[in-house]
Amino acid sequence: MMDFWHYAFMQRALLGGVMIGLLTAVIGVYVVLRGMSFIGAGVAHASFGGVALGFLLGIDPLWAAVAFCLAVAWGIGAVTRRGGLKEDTAVGIFFASTMAFGVLLIGLMQGYNVDLFSYLFGSILAVTAADLRMVLGVGTLVLLTVALLYKEFLFITFDPETARVNGVPEPALYYLLLALVALTIVVSIKVVGIVLVSALLVTPAAAAYQLSRSFGKMMALSAVFGVLSVLVGLVASYYLNTASGATVVLTATLIFGLAMLWRRLRPA
Amino acid sequence: MSERPPIIQLKGVTVAYGTVQALEDVNLTVPEGAFLAIIGPNGAGKTTLVRTILGLVKPVRGEVLVFGRPATALGRLRREIGYVPQMHAVDLRFPVLVEDVVMMGRYARLGLFRRPGRADRAAVERAMARVGVVDLRHRPLGDLSGGQRQRVFLARALATEPRLLVLDEPTTGVDAHTSRSLYELLRDFQQEGITVLMVSHDIGVVSQYVDGVACVNRRLVAHGRPDVVLTDATLSEMYGCQAMFFHHGKAPHMVVRMEEQEQ
Repeated sequence: MMDFWHYAFMQRALLGGVMIGLLTAVIGVYVVLRGMSFIGAGVAHASFGGVALGFLLGIDPLWAAVAFCLAVAWGIGAVTRRGGLKEDTAVGIFFASTMAFGVLLIGLMQGYNVDLFSYLFGSILAVTAADLRMVLGVGTLVLLTVALLYKEFLFITFDPETARVNGVPEPALYYLLLALVALTIVVSIKVVGIVLVSALLVTPAAAAYQLSRSFGKMMALSAVFGVLSVLVGLVASYYLNTASGATVVLTATLIFGLAMLWRRLRPA
Repeated sequence: MSERPPIIQLKGVTVAYGTVQALEDVNLTVPEGAFLAIIGPNGAGKTTLVRTILGLVKPVRGEVLVFGRPATALGRLRREIGYVPQMHAVDLRFPVLVEDVVMMGRYARLGLFRRPGRADRAAVERAMARVGVVDLRHRPLGDLSGGQRQRVFLARALATEPRLLVLDEPTTGVDAHTSRSLYELLRDFQQEGITVLMVSHDIGVVSQYVDGVACVNRRLVAHGRPDVVLTDATLSEMYGCQAMFFHHGKAPHMVVRMEEQEQ
């Protein structure tokens, strides 16, 4: 029954996947409540440019993507705050230009295309020990930051203006939150891929939102849904022999559908 | 006549968004302990004035002092400002319980990383009891009526233990009876020594509770006691032409300070 657990690649996939499910679900709560879903998609696509840049310069593509995505996330934040543009407009600009940048770079080099595709769609079963260390390390860092600044992130997400009036350093916390979103996306792309990571950032949190009256409950439910999506999705993909990333995302979508149904059917 | 020290002072303040002037050469002094209403037509710059006082908007000219310090450099004194934002500033479907909203009033005092303790829970309890929302504590914000919600935000502002309470249109979408009970609460807070500054549409009703009215329409023309300045003539002047500011302290002991304005 549990034969999948005997394979080292499956153990790494499950361990890394659980961390990513937890991480994207926790950060996703802020993404959903702040209406930043499009930022997730934008930064995820920007990572394509970062990965391509890493390959071209001969540095670790994931670290190149970390630097690149941080710059893009802060760029989106700065253009939104100082340029007087709406956030989705700012994302639209970066989304297209960084993706185009990545495509341009790929054109400059030959033979790396196969590797790049693994970043586009993810390959959870090809997670190396080094990948796993990075996922666990960065994931712990991000979750610890959220735990330490839990009340501040709640305040600036719910009512940024009053937070500023009371002297909470709202702009700095906003940029920190953008950085956490960027880090979460980058460590997730190797596993679920650029195309699907934005789904993990949004779907478990959106499912939790359907069922939550309080912020703490939404956070807890989202984390449960995120981890459950990854576990169920991975095991299902192993037995059904389907693409792992896609199966994980569709599991999350199924949970979202059930949450909506439960909300409609439960007694008021 | 003794005069209390000013808690807010604006000297020649001009605020612009791009090339559009939102406020022009505003001079205003609010003494500690006042209950001042800011009124004026839509788009007159009432909210801009409040945001300038709160240090959220930097004037292009002039000086804004709050607690005697520049409004953009208040530092820890910010914790002594209780703020009730405009209702639409907050997402009403946000999943958050009433008591959690009120606890946010303690966050700035707590400082980064620290979790609320017994003193904070006691302050939240007091604030909720004061405005009558204890029964609602475990309800999500989205379930409340407009009036209940405003009481919750007022409780949050009280939980900061403020010296200055600032409210931006607290009675938008609230029925007349509920508005009155809100104004009565604010008057009580004033009598306990809290300075109250409120943006309002509700000229007629507000004037029965406040001791000063400030009328703004981009410019500031005059300010003073409501019964003195809120005549048909001045109202039509405010809504018909540029702007005015009236303001005054608590009758009969406080002095009305009129800033000279060039029209």
